[in-house]
Amino acid sequence: MSWEEKSTWIMGVVSVVGYAVYLSLVLPAVPSAGGLADAPYVASMLWTIGGAIIASIILHILAAVISPQDANTKDQRDREIYRAGEYIGQSFVVIGALSAMILAMLDMDQFWIANAVYLCFVLSGVLSTIAKIAMYRGFHPW
Amino acid sequence: MVKPTRLTNDIRTLRFTADEMTQAELARRVGVTRQTIIAIEQGRYSPTLEMAFQIARIFAVPLEDVFQYPDDAGEMI
Repeated sequence: MSWEEKSTWIMGVVSVVGYAVYLSLVLPAVPSAGGLADAPYVASMLWTIGGAIIASIILHILAAVISPQDANTKDQRDREIYRAGEYIGQSFVVIGALSAMILAMLDMDQFWIANAVYLCFVLSGVLSTIAKIAMYRGFHPW
Repeated sequence: MVKPTRLTNDIRTLRFTADEMTQAELARRVGVTRQTIIAIEQGRYSPTLEMAFQIARIFAVPLEDVFQYPDDAGEMI
């Protein structure tokens, strides 16, 4: 497995686990808060995003220590797969931005706006990871 | 629409006839990762035209001796 494929796996797993941790922190507080939109989410979201960034850095360092000869090597194929994967995943970034815009226009609670953006970031990461892994495994759109 | 490549190649044979050149050695000479050479050999990746020419030049053969592109009937082009 190439360095970039390992990196793709790390980013995908960190995105999913990070969002699962976020949900596990926010959802239990919903009953006591009286409703989903009233649940405290800001600290959980910030800690989860920060934790995901740190976890990603640590996992990349561990991957580099385990196979130092592959660390940070990238070639034409890696660049093509990265670009195509990001292009595919970008659709959810646009959906997230549009969702946030519409929710703001509808005067929805900040909870929904922040969570719509966060969810779409995660979905974008997951979709681009799936696309990249599929391309590394032999399927490619070009 | 994603689809597997139709491009076929004889890199494995050419490596064998070139003093059993390893995938790692070919990757080093082309300037790519070993995984990319493996992907090309297994038909999981179509190299760029430039990379294809580089591979052909390493084996000192014409491009068509390395890569083939069968038509719908399965005949080599």
